[in-house]
Amino acid sequence: MSDNDRKQFEPRIIAFFCNWCTYTAADLAGTARMAYSPNVRVIRIMCSGRLDPQFILKAFREGADGVLIGGCHPGDCHYQEGNYKALRRFTLLKRFLNMMGIEKERIRLEWIAASEGDKVQKVINEMTEQVRKLGPLKLEPASQLQPQNDRVSRVEPVTIAEGEAS
Amino acid sequence: MSTVNIPSPNGQPKIGVYVCHCGINIAGRVDVKETVAFAKTLPNVTVATEYKFMCSDPGQEMIQKDLRDGKIDRVVVASCSPLMHEPTFRRAMIAADANPFLFQMANIREHVSWVTLDKNAATEKAKALIAAAVKRIVLHRPLEKTRVPVTSDVLVVGGGIAGIHAALTLAEAGRKVYLVEKEPTIGGHMAKFDKTFPTLDCSACILTPKMSAVRAHPNIILWTYSEVAEVEGFVGNFKVKVKRKPRYIKEDLCVGCYECVEACVFKKGITKDEFNVGLSKRRPIYIPFPQATPLVAVIDPETCVQIKRNKCKKPCVDACERDAIDFDQKVEIKEIDVGAIILATGFKTFDASRISRYGYGKYPNIYTSLEVERMVNAAGPTGGEVHLQNGEKPKTVGIVHCVGSRDSKTNAYCSRVCCMYSLKLAHLIKERTEAEVYNFYIDMRTPGKGYEEFYEKLLKENVHFIRGRVAEISDWATIPEEEGKLVIRAEDTLIGAVRRIPVDMVVLSVGMEPHENVDEVRRLFNVSCSHEGWFLERHPKLAPVSTFTDGVFLAGACQGPKDIPDSVAQAGAAAAEALALIDRGYVELEPNTAYLQEEFCSGCKTCLGLCPYGAISFNDEKNISSVNGALCKGCGTCVAACPSGALQQNLFTDEQILHEIEGVISYV
Repeated sequence: MSDNDRKQFEPRIIAFFCNWCTYTAADLAGTARMAYSPNVRVIRIMCSGRLDPQFILKAFREGADGVLIGGCHPGDCHYQEGNYKALRRFTLLKRFLNMMGIEKERIRLEWIAASEGDKVQKVINEMTEQVRKLGPLKLEPASQLQPQNDRVSRVEPVTIAEGEAS
Repeated sequence: MSTVNIPSPNGQPKIGVYVCHCGINIAGRVDVKETVAFAKTLPNVTVATEYKFMCSDPGQEMIQKDLRDGKIDRVVVASCSPLMHEPTFRRAMIAADANPFLFQMANIREHVSWVTLDKNAATEKAKALIAAAVKRIVLHRPLEKTRVPVTSDVLVVGGGIAGIHAALTLAEAGRKVYLVEKEPTIGGHMAKFDKTFPTLDCSACILTPKMSAVRAHPNIILWTYSEVAEVEGFVGNFKVKVKRKPRYIKEDLCVGCYECVEACVFKKGITKDEFNVGLSKRRPIYIPFPQATPLVAVIDPETCVQIKRNKCKKPCVDACERDAIDFDQKVEIKEIDVGAIILATGFKTFDASRISRYGYGKYPNIYTSLEVERMVNAAGPTGGEVHLQNGEKPKTVGIVHCVGSRDSKTNAYCSRVCCMYSLKLAHLIKERTEAEVYNFYIDMRTPGKGYEEFYEKLLKENVHFIRGRVAEISDWATIPEEEGKLVIRAEDTLIGAVRRIPVDMVVLSVGMEPHENVDEVRRLFNVSCSHEGWFLERHPKLAPVSTFTDGVFLAGACQGPKDIPDSVAQAGAAAAEALALIDRGYVELEPNTAYLQEEFCSGCKTCLGLCPYGAISFNDEKNISSVNGALCKGCGTCVAACPSGALQQNLFTDEQILHEIEGVISYV
């Protein structure tokens, strides 16, 4: 793909935002008129814990180039600990997707609190750029996948950074 | 996939799509006409139209008419966030005898028109969101809200002026109120003030009658020296545990006679007196101030010899004629059921030592405004005299505004009260000492009834005003007149020169900050905070005292810097909101609960450990799980984990979300 093509490529990204923190933050970004790239389309779920891995697979199958997940900060979940469940599933799914030939940069989990409209703007812009660089998602036939003997080490573990829970 | 597509009651679904202009909020960025034309092409859409304001009565009537005429049986409104107007449109549907859950919103304002610069991109994104809603609503089915009775008692947390006012309002309305305060007395910051701006009424004269009223009111249970330890449950049905710290005095016996305080083995104060913000010292056994409510002594376990080392002659016990002292008191946990909670936890003042160039704590005679409040108070440590540490009256005083406010290094926000209290202190200091008073300000902010007039009055009283942020306060003299003085260096932005003003005393007008433990508190009550740590209201304009947790309301400065009139007004509003909730007698719960399709459950028990509310149990007879809808809060965590797809969530079934994904991506 030439540089010129890449410039024209507008990735399609589906976001799953929890009702209480990240969806509200996205509303706040709107109220504050924080413009961001139009590539991300948000689907509201009550809690990031509701995120069934099949939703992400479905999104990729339907032609999404990236998937963004937004939940409350650790310790802040409206339902106590749904975001921890989301994190567990996300970690496993990322390994799985990598094995299927989907780059790990195409899927991202972020903790965004209701007051962090600016973080919604920042994450969506970053994610769009990142996926734009990767180009369109091409699901390749299984025979063309690289052997994944080193699959475990190729995935960075997701950890909760210190000071994250604010 | 296990979920069955629920057909529309009358065969094919008939979907109405209503696109809102929201004035130019949406129409200015999204091509509404094109969007409507697009909606008409979507499957099952029988009506697609637009209107300037869908939430207005004529807008709602459009929907209702189409429903009544049988043109549609499902409604998609493309407008603002569902968090904003979903309840409005659901009510409109109920009024038209339609089930309110055959409804879906596409958020094309907050998520599209307000955040997208390019018009084409905005229109395309709006189309995608509408397509998703249309695709999803085909699978919606009628649901009923469940009604749960509400406990009529209310918990008010924090006994400052906001908490006091909220508690009294509710108590007057006949509700039982638990008022919990962490200090040994109620009164909060207001009890420390001498006068209040702009009327200069005596703070104690207007506050203490309300404090006594709290104490005397039969509907108020006052727990001071207590903290909320645990909150469970949900709107209308909170279960709260309150920790009552031992004050080592039997509250029902103590009459506040001070005999025990006088008798203490320490004949003088030995530790910082919290009420006088460190300007005086108190003994281990003390009464915070003479109007403390309840007027009951308290023993500080950190300094009391008997409690610390168990070897005191205990003259306090001998002095107490009513045998009120009890060294064996333990922490007591009270369990209460309340229907609503009002948070009125207040603020703390900015720690002036954080700005080292202002010399607080380094040079003598630099005070915070709160310390000066105590100093000018007739009941304060100096009996109302303003004097320097050598006992003399100051001849010149500098008041520095915006300490810890309007400064990106500390707090970017304006604390709203400092200009006015600085004016008040200038007046009081001048009245007490006849000193020359200099105010160093960035901007004078006096919006409020009678506030600007108060500023005018101060100008006539010959108080000096210098416009400019103070750079530094030091004792570094460059000319003989500055010897032995504190030198305030500031740029006077009105004359465009740096000035050095030598003064005897400096008042640092410290701003307001959230409490240090605000994170703990917000987690306890499941509310959010702004970046700064102020509790976040549900909507800054339309729901300023509500939070995202139903049944938890905000009052006073815990929501953001506020003066006394605003705190009282907000406390009244919070009390009214709590009353509106309680007096209805029931709450309706969103029917987004999980349910089990028994025939698909394999009995793997994956879901059992996931529910934080214990809503899932295992039916050993049938060898399958069982969901208790009354306990389920609708997070959907169990649904996402169910390997066989037997668990589903109302309003958020797998199929509905999968359809939404298809819709959002495939049509545009």
